[in-house]
Amino acid sequence: MYEFDFSSIPGALPILGAGLLVTLKLTGVAIVVGIVWGTLLALARLSGNRLLGTMAAGYVNLFRAVPLVMVILWFYLIVPTLLKDWAGLGQGTDIRMASALVAFALFESAYYAEIIRAGVRSVPQGQVNAARALGMTYTQTMRLVVLPQALRNMLPLLLTQAIILFQDTSLVYVIGLADFFGAAYKVGDRDGRLVELLLFAGAVYFVLCFGASLLVRRLQKRIAV
Amino acid sequence: MSYSWHWGVFLSPTPSGDATYLGWLLQGLEWTLLLSLGAWVIALLLGSLLGVLRTVPNRWLSGLAAAYVEAFRNVPLLVQLFSWYFVLPELLPRALGDAIKQSDPLTQQFVAALLCLGCFTAARVCEQVRSGLNSLPRGQKNAGLAMGLTLPQTYRYVLLPPAMRIILPPLTSEFLNVFKNSAVASTIGLIELSRQSQQLVDYTAQAYEAFIAVTLLYVLINVLVMLGMRAVEHRTRLPGHSGARDV
Repeated sequence: MYEFDFSSIPGALPILGAGLLVTLKLTGVAIVVGIVWGTLLALARLSGNRLLGTMAAGYVNLFRAVPLVMVILWFYLIVPTLLKDWAGLGQGTDIRMASALVAFALFESAYYAEIIRAGVRSVPQGQVNAARALGMTYTQTMRLVVLPQALRNMLPLLLTQAIILFQDTSLVYVIGLADFFGAAYKVGDRDGRLVELLLFAGAVYFVLCFGASLLVRRLQKRIAV
Repeated sequence: MSYSWHWGVFLSPTPSGDATYLGWLLQGLEWTLLLSLGAWVIALLLGSLLGVLRTVPNRWLSGLAAAYVEAFRNVPLLVQLFSWYFVLPELLPRALGDAIKQSDPLTQQFVAALLCLGCFTAARVCEQVRSGLNSLPRGQKNAGLAMGLTLPQTYRYVLLPPAMRIILPPLTSEFLNVFKNSAVASTIGLIELSRQSQQLVDYTAQAYEAFIAVTLLYVLINVLVMLGMRAVEHRTRLPGHSGARDV
């Protein structure tokens, strides 16, 4: 049988911690940008404007049809060129991180847009009519009446998507960015203890994600209307 | 941006001379399709079984299925794949593990990816089957049992047929996910479609053409699967069910 030796993990904790920070940074930025940009996309699809709606639908459907691995590779190809052409940054900036951030933010927006669109549509049309009858503008209706209720309906789904996103960030492995998983793999490879490090990484992901999903379930019960 | 486009690159021969770059792409497509369809078969069979177990009146069996779902849903796919590929052969008895490690690398990669993707997707299929079974009125199960059917018979003849038809739309999106997730297999060296795009970049430096072609192939798979599943949904829809559309 295989003999386990977990002794290389304690010494590697700083590296793993730095990796976890990269993972959290990617997740956090992608959630914030994803929700803002996703809301705009969802509103564009719901606006009734055909041009805006078609463009937003095209964006969402394209991103949802392509594997995340391909999206990460695409932005690793495009972002460095753009950085050089537009911003004149080149040597100093961390290109892997920058392109991963852009890739996740734009990719997640497509998924958030669909969740938000479903949430907005779950608010009865009568509420919109009532708000308009009271003399509110479209923006006021959305901001004060529809979105607060929609947010409540879709909060559990948004959080579940965030947990999936947290797991998906491990795919930055394909461009060699050392997130938590990448760090664990590197340490395991270096020490010849890949089995232990992979099991450890899996256990950490499981505890974090399972704990978060229990919290989401609890929240779901509390805010259920 | 100064990039010189060269779409003819797909027709030029590869260094070994026995194929064109287009041929490489199609080979990658073949692996993607083989891997995804194989994993989908595993996922459907295992997922349906687990979904049924999740709803049976036995705490051990339903707890076991629930534990499976939580384990496979809360660990990233990439970690699971690396575990199948790197960890499992080490944990098996030595003779068996060595036999695996000495087998053809391509077989190792493909089998690891197939099992990984199949088991991962089974957890998701399980949850869909469970929600489909739970959406049926309770009376159906009671009626089946009251007529003298055994519990397995009740599932087979009464509960599963409508449940599977109700959950076809969410199953379609899981089916699409299998194709997208199969790209993760590139990380253990299986030269499927997404990996082929990187290989083309390495050999030809025509990155944009290669990426655009591969992206279009994924979109094409997506469209074909959606059309196919729509046809299946149309043929199997439940008359009178709220999800059914009128012809």
